[in-house]
Amino acid sequence: MPSQRRRPPSRAAKDAPRNVSGRTARAVSKSKALPRASKAPRSPGTRLYDAVAMRAVARETARWDAETLAPVTAKTPLRQQSFQTDSGIPIPPVLTAAHRRSATQESLGLPGQFPYTRGVQPTMYRGRLWTMRMFAGFGSPEDTNKRFKYLMAHGTTGLSTAFDMPALMGYDADHPMSRGEVGKEGVAVSSLRDFEVLFDGIPLDQVTTSMTINASAIAALCMYIAVGEQQGIPMAKLGGTIQNDMLKEFIAQKEWIVPPRPAVRIVVDMIEYCSQHMPRWHAVSISGYHIREAGATAVQELAFTLADGIGYVEECVKRGMAVDDFAPRLSFFWDVHNDFFEEIAKFRAARRIWARVMRDRFGARDPRSLQLRTHAQTAGVSLTAQQPYNNVIRTTLQALAGVLGGTQSLHTNSLDETYALPTEDAVTLALRTQQIIAHESGVDRVVDPLGGSYYVEYLTDEMERQALEYIHRIDEMGGIIRAVEEGYPQKEIGESAYRFQREVEEEKRLIVGVNAFESDQQGSVEILKIDDQVAESQIARLRKVKAERDPRAVERALGKVEAAARGTDNLMPPVLEAVKAYATLGEVSDVFRKVWGQYREGGAF
Amino acid sequence: MADQTLRILVAKPGLDGHDRGAKIIARALRDAGMEVIYTGLHQTPEMIASAAVQEDVDAVGLSIMSGAHMTLFPAVIDLLKEKGAGDIGVFGGGIIPDDDIPRLKKLGVAEIFTPGSSTQDIVQWIRGHIQGRL
Repeated sequence: MPSQRRRPPSRAAKDAPRNVSGRTARAVSKSKALPRASKAPRSPGTRLYDAVAMRAVARETARWDAETLAPVTAKTPLRQQSFQTDSGIPIPPVLTAAHRRSATQESLGLPGQFPYTRGVQPTMYRGRLWTMRMFAGFGSPEDTNKRFKYLMAHGTTGLSTAFDMPALMGYDADHPMSRGEVGKEGVAVSSLRDFEVLFDGIPLDQVTTSMTINASAIAALCMYIAVGEQQGIPMAKLGGTIQNDMLKEFIAQKEWIVPPRPAVRIVVDMIEYCSQHMPRWHAVSISGYHIREAGATAVQELAFTLADGIGYVEECVKRGMAVDDFAPRLSFFWDVHNDFFEEIAKFRAARRIWARVMRDRFGARDPRSLQLRTHAQTAGVSLTAQQPYNNVIRTTLQALAGVLGGTQSLHTNSLDETYALPTEDAVTLALRTQQIIAHESGVDRVVDPLGGSYYVEYLTDEMERQALEYIHRIDEMGGIIRAVEEGYPQKEIGESAYRFQREVEEEKRLIVGVNAFESDQQGSVEILKIDDQVAESQIARLRKVKAERDPRAVERALGKVEAAARGTDNLMPPVLEAVKAYATLGEVSDVFRKVWGQYREGGAF
Repeated sequence: MADQTLRILVAKPGLDGHDRGAKIIARALRDAGMEVIYTGLHQTPEMIASAAVQEDVDAVGLSIMSGAHMTLFPAVIDLLKEKGAGDIGVFGGGIIPDDDIPRLKKLGVAEIFTPGSSTQDIVQWIRGHIQGRL
């Protein structure tokens, strides 16, 4: 690249972001929309690097480029003409302090300090390790209750519940749409009776529970509250998270009941109710995981997820809630994919963007409102059916990236998850992976170990810049709900997914065991099978519940749910009353379908 | 066969919302010159069989991740037969354990593509096995 040698290092000088930090913050306070990064003024603040020294470093790097690098590349060409991250961020031949000449201490901060680039707690894992939260749920409530107790006996520190597809879509086990699906992809639940079995013998004030459920989340949360009451534990003492992120459902995971606007209204009802009655509960986990798994790049995951978060905050503010009353309980959920450093940078950029958005766009003052706390899960989509034991290695690297990124909790996938839900042995190995990182690798001993790395800081800045461009575009479209209705994020993700697949098929991207280093010898793994008996026993229990409950109490309570849905009263109290009367998850969802209609997506591809 | 454009229905039976694979296949078949109709998500076997007949397709590709394939795939095949459209070929893909593949083939599923299959393999297979219907 001889023509560019005057401003070394050539490509980096062109591609590197001129310090994004701080610039958005100042401009944002004046207008609602985030400004384009490229138009923003240079950030003020304490420069990390001396300007004169940086000129010397830049000169030295230019000399290195010409005298050291160029002769080598002339003789031995690089493996690729250019290098880039999985999101397409260009990677210069070398990064130096000169690339960070405008970096400021204020944009980096210290751990537990605005803008939280280096972590939300001042001590991070020196104070407390991340929560090892293994997602589990399959078959009957009895099966999953047994798996929960097994995981607790082996050192998992928080429960995480996977529900089956009928529950996620708001159908009971006996609904025609539930054919063949009961208990297959998660635990089967239809009524409070199933929740009683699911959490039997688990004192709900001594664990924190995560529930991955969205469209029918309100029924599930109310059933959990009811189980707590039966154990004598008031809802104020229940700790945990319900995923309840409907925007990402429309964008990516696609388990829905009613259209986006009423779906978001239910989410806001739940955030409002929890902020008043459940101080230890996270009413929403704003999730990038599914967006990424559907094919988004890391930058798109970052952007669309934060845009979803902005959307929820806007809706809550419109409701009349004070931002510091609910924002401290908002939580996030990231995917951790293969590109090690880019993933670490994603966590860091996310924290910085969120802190600034909350402070400058929404005027939050409580530090907890500014702190992006997150769960993370290794990338299920990166696992391969071929040579399944390789998945252990992939998961280890991804888990390490999540930890170096500063996650608050982590799920590690099991090696057999491209075939089925994991067996007990496979899930134990996945948990051990986290325990080895935590107790043997030494990475827990220092906060933000990659802070100050030229490369990681460059990626953090660049991801922030690109994500803010997407967020700006979504603001211009009228916000994320409108963008989702228009299918904008869905289309962007579809493009990325197709591009990725083509790169694999053209062997521009190598996946060990799939399109490189293939082996005839198929590693065989044991597979967890769900007996069809589960459906029969679940349907039998459901019939028994319906026969034994007070039908008038159910009818009365469901009438109140309908009245609240048609009006503006918060839906939580009537749904709680309904599930306590053993109205089922399907019956509550049917009320929503009656009031707002079943949502359907077209067949565009 | 060569001169005739094949019409393929790509369908998502069951309740899972994982449509990444289905959409990639739909695009790849279209890019390979076929006419492709995608049903969208959460289709019942009845909806899929009706769409196949109405759209007069040459084959139906079923994509599923939820584990309900042993129930839903045969249901689609039975319904096609009931509608007198048993000659429409049915193939499928998704998270389908090896043990289930021979059982599905016995039930009439022409081919199963598991994770790691290339879209080109699927295109080649369709060209080799699906006849345009007159």
